[in-house]
Order: sequence, then structure tokens, then C-alpha cells
Amino acid sequence: MKLVVMHLTGNYAVAWAVKLSRVKVVSAYPITPQTTIVEKISEFVESGMMDAKIVRVESEHSALATVFGAASSGVRAFTATSSHGLMYMYEMVWWSAGARVPIVMAIVTRTIGAPWNIWSDHSDFMSQRDTGWLMMFAEHNQEVLDSVIQLFRISEDPRVYLPGMIALDAFILSHTTEPVDIPDQSLVDSFLPGRRQPYTFKSGDPITMGNLPSNPRDNMRMRWDVHKSLVAAKKVITEVDREWSKLTGRSYGGLIECYMCSDAKYFIIGAGAWVGDMREAVDMLRSEGYEVGLIKLRFVRPFPAEELAEVMRGGKGAIVFDRSVSAGSAGPLYLDTVAHLGALNVEVPVKNVIAGIAGVDVTYNDIASVVRSFIEEIESKGVVSNYVEWYFR
Amino acid sequence: MIQKDLVEIRFHGRGGQGAVTAANILVAAAWKSGLWGQAFPFFGAERRGAPVVAFARLSRRRVRLHSMIRHPDVVVVLDPKLPKLVNVLEGLKSGGKVVINSASRHDLGKGEYSVYCVDATKIALDLGLVLAGWPLVNTSMLGALAKVLNLPIADVKEAIVEYMGKKKGEVNARAAERAYVEVSVSE
Repeated sequence: MKLVVMHLTGNYAVAWAVKLSRVKVVSAYPITPQTTIVEKISEFVESGMMDAKIVRVESEHSALATVFGAASSGVRAFTATSSHGLMYMYEMVWWSAGARVPIVMAIVTRTIGAPWNIWSDHSDFMSQRDTGWLMMFAEHNQEVLDSVIQLFRISEDPRVYLPGMIALDAFILSHTTEPVDIPDQSLVDSFLPGRRQPYTFKSGDPITMGNLPSNPRDNMRMRWDVHKSLVAAKKVITEVDREWSKLTGRSYGGLIECYMCSDAKYFIIGAGAWVGDMREAVDMLRSEGYEVGLIKLRFVRPFPAEELAEVMRGGKGAIVFDRSVSAGSAGPLYLDTVAHLGALNVEVPVKNVIAGIAGVDVTYNDIASVVRSFIEEIESKGVVSNYVEWYFR
Repeated sequence: MIQKDLVEIRFHGRGGQGAVTAANILVAAAWKSGLWGQAFPFFGAERRGAPVVAFARLSRRRVRLHSMIRHPDVVVVLDPKLPKLVNVLEGLKSGGKVVINSASRHDLGKGEYSVYCVDATKIALDLGLVLAGWPLVNTSMLGALAKVLNLPIADVKEAIVEYMGKKKGEVNARAAERAYVEVSVSE
């Protein structure tokens, strides 16, 4: 297969994926560092390379409302935002999931104020974790492009019928240029079937949606169904990864990806762009004789509980790196991990390292040094003393 | 240790001078030479005229790192006056290289690094590469950098034309080629 490589920032990779997915309606409000996604899409539409309508709105709340309306009426629709924009959109995020309308949204992860800050952490993205959306992270720009296309397919699968959001780190991916293979339009067309959704608003065929339930039990069942569909999405995600791999040769493991895990005793767990630095840290620690592996959380909703348990059972310890924190408790990835591992009887000591908050740079050296001290503590004392550590370089 | 053939580059310029563009074109040129590249700006807001930095990484295999570059192998200085304002040698690896836009003299002192000079401003003025009163030196500096990195200049020229289009690209490609020829080690 011939590769068609362009040199794209993460944001342009999103725009290319949206174009290749034949999205018909895009609505967004500008916010750094998301803006260049929609700028690039506007260029595509203006130059006739893409057949879509761009709807300008006065806020992110209206942007998602517009996209929701367009998607409800039967077309593929897309929006993107960051940080405060996502906060402003929050009501519609819930509504879109409850109404079971497939939509794809890119979140260029950015710190939430105060104080004002445009650098990456995952606070904005992780604060959406109870909404009912599919939620995934990308590690590099090729994965950004591939995953946006995959997310349309997963979101519109009748076993799922839920909106999905993808996180790409502010600047670290959004403004970083990397070689990206652009799949052929015919390949994407064969992978993405025509639009599917549970119901469609059409003029001349009126229906009503989202009205007060006559019985709250029905409403509870609807919420249960959102949950069940997210759990059912695990199978769809795995299938989709496999099919994409057949078409392009690129697999990301579906829900999680393991690196050097087969003989590992200790695990590094993380999500997002810094997973690349974690890979380097694993190589470095391996060369020093540490039996370390990496588990990349590609999806966080659905949460890959059984998949983690299967890899980690019999391990001696793990560190979950969180780039956000549920203040007053711990990092959200850690909380999910320990809750499920505990329930699944995987008795592995797990430490939480909260790092990279507000855009603080974290390198493979930082990661390796944290892992080294953790392993030495477990080996010498058998316990984790400071199980939620804030790491300041 | 981390991937051994990794080359990390830091560009020093002024906002609007095209340091980020140079880093991006470098990635495209490197791909033509069979290398994987990554380019990124300093993560933040930039202002026209203020000192700015941009970064690039090159390697024979995919670059997995996404953290900042703290210890570059090569530093490229687009404006000869910048070393008076910022420490362009900060974190430079022992045995590292500095490529500076400078007629003949530079104020970089002596140390465990070598300095390569090219008069990119003169090249830009000779070729009429001026925008809003500023000589456009980024493509010349890219040519000089190609020489220092041992990258084929043909790949750099091609990448420039692809990035800028035929009209603007061809004169910029000429600038790059001249700098490639004229750059020299400073004693």
C-alpha cells in the first residue's frame, strides 16, 4: 500500500479526518488552541475540497446545540473546543448523550482557569467522564487522524449510538507537525458506511424527543441503556481497530495498548501525548534491568477494566499517571483503575502520580525517576507510602 | 538510553521571522531524505518582534517523545542580535553546533561547541526577500542548517517549493542553496 504522507499538526490531522469522513455540518466557536481545526476545515469548504456547511455561532453552547440539531436531522456533524469552551458547552454535552445522537467532537485539552492558562492538562476532558460520551485519547498525530474517522464509525454503530470525543494535547499535538499518512478517500468510504442513527428529524414527519418522562423509571432505564451501550462499545471498538488495521496496517490495540507488558512485573499507566515519553522511559528502565511495561489507556469511556485486570494480574505494582485531578480525592484515571482492579480481585499495589498539571513539561527522565523510586520502595518495604503523589520537577 | 540517532534542534528568531515555518519545512525535507521529523513552536502566545523559539527533532525512526527539548544538539540563530538578549547556548550539548546568521563576526565566545556563520541577511536582500522591511532569512538559515546536518540540499529546496508554492518557493529555494554553499565554520 502506498503511503500519502503530509506534514500535519494535530489540529490539521483532525481537519483532514473530518473531511475524509464526509462531515456535512460543522459549527464551532474559536478558542486557543482549538481554533486552527475549524480554520482548516473552513479552507477546505471555501476551496470546494469539502462539501459541508459551516455555521457560525456566538458560543460553544450554541455550537454543540447546532451540531446536535444537524445530527438529529440525519447528517454527520462535528465540533471542536477546549477548556473554558467545553465548560460553557457542558449542558449540551449531557443532552447529546441522553438523546443518543451520534456526534464527534475533538477536545484540544487545555488547562481550566483561574488563572488563565493555554497549556495542556486533561482537566477539561476528564471532567466530562460522567456524561455518557465515548472518550478517547490520541498519542500522536497519525493516531489523531485515524481515531477521528474510527470514532464516527463507533459512534454510529447501532450497538452504541452515542456521541464520542477525542482528546489531543494542546500544542504538544495540536501545534506539533509530524508526518501523517492520509488514507485514500475510497478506503475511508469503504470503512465508514452511510450515516446511521436511532431516529431522524424530518420535515413532514414530526416526532417529539426529550420531553418529560411520564415515569421516572423509564428515564432511569434510558440512563442505564447509555451505560450498557458504552460497555457494549468495547466490542465495537476492538472490531473497528482490527478492521482499520487490515485496511491501513495501523492498529492501536482498541481499548488499551500494551508495550513490553508480556514479562513485566511493574506497569506504567497513562493516556495522551506523554505516552510517547513513557515508551522511552520503559526502554531506559528495561536497559537498567527493571521489569517494566506500559499500558496506554486509549479509551477511558468505556473504561477498560477487564482488559487492565487481565494484563496486570500477577504484577507487583503499577503507577497511574494523571494529568488532571479530582481535587480533594485523587487523579480520575487512578480512581477508575483501583476501583475496578479491587473489584476484580487484582491485588497489585497502585500508586497515583499527578503531574503535568497546567502544562508543566514532563520528560521521560521524570517518568523514569518516579518509576525507579516506586519500584525500590516496593522491593524494599513492600508497601506504597505516598500513594497519591504530586510530582513537581 | 533513548534513540541514539535523535537530533534535537532549537531555532531562535523573532516573532514573525519564520522560525516555526523553517522547522516545519525541515520536517518535510527530512522525510524526503528518509528521516522522521517533528517540529513544534514554543507552547504559548507569540508576539511579532519578540524573541521566540521553535524546535525540531529528526531521527531514522518515528520520534515518540513529545516533551520539550532542553538539551539541543544544534541551535539555529536567525537574528545576529539575539545572543545579546537571550542565552542561545542554554542547554546546548557538549560538542553541539550553532548556526548563526552573521556576516563574519559573532559574539558567541568559545566553548565545547562549534559555530557556523552565514550572512543570511545579505542573501535575503540580494534576492529581494523582504517583507514589511524585514529581510526573510528563514529559508537561507534552513539551507545553512542542511549543510551542517548533512541533509541533501535538493530535498530542502523541494520542500520549500512545496510549502510556499512555485513563485515564492523558487526564490526561497535559491536563498537556501546559496546559504548551503556559503556557510562556513567560524574560527
